[in-house]
Amino acid sequence: MTEFLRVLTDNWSLFADGFSNTVQLFLYSAVGSLVLGTLLGAFRVSPIPALRWFGATYVNIVRNTPLTLVFAFLVFAVPKLDVNIDYFPSACIALTVYTAAFVCEVVRSGVNTVAPGQAEAARAIGMTFDQVLGQVILPQAVRAMVPPLMSVMIAMLKNTTIAAGFSVLEAGAIPAYMSERGEPQFIVLIWITIGFLILITPLVLLQRSLERKWAVSR
Amino acid sequence: MDRVADEALIVLEKVNKWFGPLHVLQDVNLSVARGEVVVVIGPSGSGKSTLCRAINRLEPIDSGTITFDGQPLPAEGRALARLRSEVGMVFQSFNLFAHKTILQNVMLGPVKVRKEKPAAVRDRAMGLLERVGIASQADKYPAQLSGGQQQRVAIARALAMQPKALLFDEPTSALDPEMVGEVLDVMTSLAAEGMTMVVVTHEMGFARHAANRVVFMADGQLVEEAAPAEFFANPKTERARDFLSKILTH
Ligand SMILES: Nc1ncnc2c1ncn2[C@@H]1O[C@H](COP(=O)(O)OP(=O)(O)OP(=O)(O)O)[C@@H](O)[C@H]1O
Ligand SMILES: [Mg+2]
Repeated sequence: MTEFLRVLTDNWSLFADGFSNTVQLFLYSAVGSLVLGTLLGAFRVSPIPALRWFGATYVNIVRNTPLTLVFAFLVFAVPKLDVNIDYFPSACIALTVYTAAFVCEVVRSGVNTVAPGQAEAARAIGMTFDQVLGQVILPQAVRAMVPPLMSVMIAMLKNTTIAAGFSVLEAGAIPAYMSERGEPQFIVLIWITIGFLILITPLVLLQRSLERKWAVSR
Repeated sequence: MDRVADEALIVLEKVNKWFGPLHVLQDVNLSVARGEVVVVIGPSGSGKSTLCRAINRLEPIDSGTITFDGQPLPAEGRALARLRSEVGMVFQSFNLFAHKTILQNVMLGPVKVRKEKPAAVRDRAMGLLERVGIASQADKYPAQLSGGQQQRVAIARALAMQPKALLFDEPTSALDPEMVGEVLDVMTSLAAEGMTMVVVTHEMGFARHAANRVVFMADGQLVEEAAPAEFFANPKTERARDFLSKILTH
């Protein structure tokens, strides 16, 4: 047991740096992918065919590309075009671009869960387009979107570890450093698992509380 | 029919509507007077819903004119929204706002569309819920109510806008038989109070007792119209006879 704790305390700064980078990577990419994904989702449900086509094509290409390849593209191929970005921003962009495709699908199916009769009833009492969207469609769509969005975000948190393979010191990179220092791999991995569980907990709690709050009205 | 004023509230002239190649409304002429109750019947697919939805422009028409209260229907935008707020609509599937309570459903239109003060609207909304017999459920959500109760709320929601006319598209068709009566009772009392109503329905009892006029539609055309007693006793066209023999034997 003392050995177990010692692995953490002796290497505290490495763990702290790694996980702090993981959290930053997660936060930047979460914001980025929610914004980009919502925009793409709006494209997917828009009445304009060209926008729908663009959204669908993006989703099809990105969703069917392994994340490692998206990373490799940004970290190795893009710099060849004389665009120089650091590893960390590259990793954020890769995660954003990849996760946005999943967010887009969540947004699209969320809007589609709202029965067409809801918009019709709203129009029939004289609501304008903005009111129909803001008062009736979006509040209901968001309720349907929260649970799958949380799953997408949890998956993205785990996906941050892929950045380790591309020179970003995040939590996924800790084992390599630790084995250089001769620390027992098994204990290191358990600590990393515990770290991820701690990071995921607030997401799960948020999801639960939102689901409970909205349970009655659906 | 003495309460039916001569003045027409809703007038359709030579209205045509196509869905692709399908000619769903064919030169439809119909005039509904203030305070009049018109029941629209006809076989499935004859265009009854389309007619009803054309009156508040949920469905745009391809040619002809529709006037409401002396004004042609606005094409779009705020003017159209204002017109819709004056014409209540009750749907077959209720379409209550699922994320709002019963009271919020009734208040939403007056507060958001008419910008009325919530406090005043609340009193009126509670009065309407009282009237349709759902006041005790005001804080529940639509999914917690029976179909009959939801439809009565939908009527209260339409009435909250203080509309000049109400459109009903098969308001009882989605209900279990034991709930049809409670909704028809509300509609009958509205009719008796002089509300202008266009009602698509298969409830022949309602047509007989509450309507001033029955309009029979087939294949996108208004085939026949008459006072209910006359229509049910001697339908003039073969199609109407045929239709009546089918539904009245059921
Ligand atoms: N949005 C639409 N697009 C294409 N065709 C439509 C659309 N809405 C209705 N139709 C068609 O138009 C015709 C008339 O439809 P409508 O709903 O007005 O009939 P209805 O008399 O109300 O029938 P029902 O008794 O089944 O409700 C039908 O053949 C229907 O299939
Ligand atoms: Mg219909």
